[in-house]
Amino acid sequence: MSRDDLKATFFAECEDLLDQLSEGTGELEAGTATEETVHAIFRAVHSIKGAAGAFALDTLVKFAHRFETVLDRLRSGSLVLDPDALQTILRSGDMLAELVELAQAESDEEPSQMAELIDLLVGLSGSEEDGPGAPEPDEAFEFTAVSFMPLSFDEPGEDAEDVYKIRVPAIADLFRNGHDPFLLFAELVGLGQLDVSCDASALPVSDEFDPNRCYLSWELTLTGSMTEVSIRDAFVFLDDICEIEQVSGGSAGPVLDLPGIETEDSPMTIAEPSNPSMPQVAAEEAAAEPAAATSSTSEPAAAEKSKAAKPAASIPQTTLRVDPERVDRLINTVGELIINQAVITQKLVASGMASNSDIMSDLDDYQYLARELQEGVMAIRAQPVKPLFQRMQRIVREAAYSLGKDVALVTEGEATEIDKTLVERLAEPLTHMIRNAVDHGIEGPEKRAAAGKPAQGTIKLSAAHCSGDVLIEISDDGAGLNRKRILEKAVSQGMVAADAKMADSEIDNLLFMAGFSTAEKVTNLSGRGVGMDVVKTAITSLGGRISISSRQGMGTKFSIALPLTLAVMDGMVIHAAGETLVAPLSSVVETIRPKPKDILPFGRDGRLLSIRGTYVPIVNLARLLGFPTEAEITSDNILILIRSEQSGLVALAVDDISDQRQVVIKSLEGNYGAIEGISAATILGDGRIALIIDTDAILSLAGHYGREMASREEMDYAQTATMG
Amino acid sequence: MPRPQQWGDDDVLEFVTLKAAGQSFCIEITQIREIRRWTPVTALPHAEEAVLGVMNLRGAVIPIIDLAARLGLGECEASPRHVIIVVAIGSKTIGLLVDSVSEILTVEGSQICEAPTMGGGDIPNSILGLISIEEGMSRILAPEILVPRGLTDAA
Repeated sequence: MSRDDLKATFFAECEDLLDQLSEGTGELEAGTATEETVHAIFRAVHSIKGAAGAFALDTLVKFAHRFETVLDRLRSGSLVLDPDALQTILRSGDMLAELVELAQAESDEEPSQMAELIDLLVGLSGSEEDGPGAPEPDEAFEFTAVSFMPLSFDEPGEDAEDVYKIRVPAIADLFRNGHDPFLLFAELVGLGQLDVSCDASALPVSDEFDPNRCYLSWELTLTGSMTEVSIRDAFVFLDDICEIEQVSGGSAGPVLDLPGIETEDSPMTIAEPSNPSMPQVAAEEAAAEPAAATSSTSEPAAAEKSKAAKPAASIPQTTLRVDPERVDRLINTVGELIINQAVITQKLVASGMASNSDIMSDLDDYQYLARELQEGVMAIRAQPVKPLFQRMQRIVREAAYSLGKDVALVTEGEATEIDKTLVERLAEPLTHMIRNAVDHGIEGPEKRAAAGKPAQGTIKLSAAHCSGDVLIEISDDGAGLNRKRILEKAVSQGMVAADAKMADSEIDNLLFMAGFSTAEKVTNLSGRGVGMDVVKTAITSLGGRISISSRQGMGTKFSIALPLTLAVMDGMVIHAAGETLVAPLSSVVETIRPKPKDILPFGRDGRLLSIRGTYVPIVNLARLLGFPTEAEITSDNILILIRSEQSGLVALAVDDISDQRQVVIKSLEGNYGAIEGISAATILGDGRIALIIDTDAILSLAGHYGREMASREEMDYAQTATMG
Repeated sequence: MPRPQQWGDDDVLEFVTLKAAGQSFCIEITQIREIRRWTPVTALPHAEEAVLGVMNLRGAVIPIIDLAARLGLGECEASPRHVIIVVAIGSKTIGLLVDSVSEILTVEGSQICEAPTMGGGDIPNSILGLISIEEGMSRILAPEILVPRGLTDAA
């Protein structure tokens, strides 16, 4: 493993730890925190600090250390969690996440708020622990546990000599299991000064003596500055049976969370003889004399011990890290399997196989299993939106702080699972929208008070599954959209005619137009000209749709509907000039078999479709894609009405529609390259490839119809649609 | 005639010989992934003439190129008797439509002659060398040159 790999692992771990951290701080904020919450936060920060030290990420270590000190005081109860302290802790958590991000980007930049936060943290950490001249204890930290095991030390215990007593009882099967006590003890010699005393009192003198059996017990005294972990490592095979006890050590004595390890100061020792001495050990041995009993009696004891020590230990990591590429490969193969199954079915049916024959019913089973498998594999990629939502908490806090507003983010449906890629690619548009909501949506404190609203603004972020889609909603209880200003702005930017009469929803939708920004002043957060159009493009590229609704004085709501996964999509199988193509169902508005009188000539060879009183340009799909076709558009064609963001409503003329089905998306770019008007390919039931058309690109290809007109057409259509 | 530089005198090399537009060509065996029968392809919009379309190769979408057309030797009228040679070029996999595949040729580096750089129009760019065979000569193809124009950069 190279250093880069290790670093990548570190950042992946950090992500988890930061999740734990924000979960914990969330609980603190919500007031549902328990003692364990504080421990969990502390451990997360500590683990990040420890690992960051190993990579010499000094800024991160420095900050984490201050933060940790405060958390330690909180943990020990010497710090009371008042609102100010809570705010500092929340912001410190955010800062830590930001620092990790900076470290990942290998940037040396220091975030602007860092100095201020450090001052706040130092203020909270009390003079005694972190006076200006205090030495940095991190130097002495043992970074051996780069496995990021969350160890928690009460005190680093730098130079103190620790003394450990290890009792090895007489284990009857010791030799038979292939252990050699000499080698075990020899390993300990490397750790420190070792004194061994052997208790041979159990040795039988008579001919009962069995040379394969171990009658001896030992007591080892190890002196030196070693960690418990290293002792545990040496005794890994006898872990449950031996007792390891620290009899003296640094000032307070390390308290370890490892199950089965006892220290004298630990409250867990109650369950054990408080100070076991030799005779007691011997007595134990005697009691355990029957060979089989030795292990069976000591095991429950060990189990009990580990149970007793458990509460402070971290929850074991049950997730599996898998290279996404492997999952993708699996998804691909399963997609193939399903296509293959369809091919077989199709061929059997074509060969005249009766549908009630055995083989056909077996094939049904095959189909069922293949679908099961596909669902299972898809589920691997599915992830809850929780981490994404937690990140948004951070965005709200940062934004609210820098704007001097009081805003709370309420999340709902955090357990909703969506494709991992979607989670990743949603982060940016969501961040943008959340910032917008804080900046433009929620009013300033005075305005809120004047409107009789609570001082704290609320942004609600929710996720839910809704008929095969994932619905994500962002709503705020702010002032709502200022339609008058939006319209003025749009007119001044030449986006709409000055005398245009527009419905409220149309005005709202102006927000999504490129280059539109209403912010009167460019703030740090939003209003940099990259507006909602970027958000809309991002959502559309994910196969999703976004809509907006707003009520004056009540707030604004954005709704995003996304497909569950990017690997498959719903498509309409269409035919044009003898080629089979797939149109994404999400962009199909309706399909029409036109009457001859509805197709009207327009220009030299253009055609318009008259529909419900408006005129929609007709585009010959085959010609647009350069497929040889002579045919004029007639009423024999089927028209597919599609809506695109830029061109509005357009009718695509095709020969036929044969099916509506889920298709597995295959990239064309791997072996060929990008093709204008085509987004990807898919494989049909007969094994042939069908191209998936990219409706937006198709329509920009058809640009000669004039964008202007098309968009006006769309608005007319929308109006008729709402009126009718 | 000097030998092309990429092959040493003592290298033992294996080539698959094939026929396209009546001429014999060969491709180093290590570049060939598989050989399969022609099956109808799906046409691509706005593709150059030599690109016949795309084919489903066990789930991978691979472009099929008419070798004869690509070399400027006239279009090939594809039928089930024709053969597709699947070739790996860098990270891309493409299929070449040819008339037939003949044999595997084992030659030593010293038996390979350099192709002349004059005459033959576009052809010399795509030919790495020449090997004498019974019925004349076989032209060693440089498959990288066969990737559709304009897509080589995207590789």
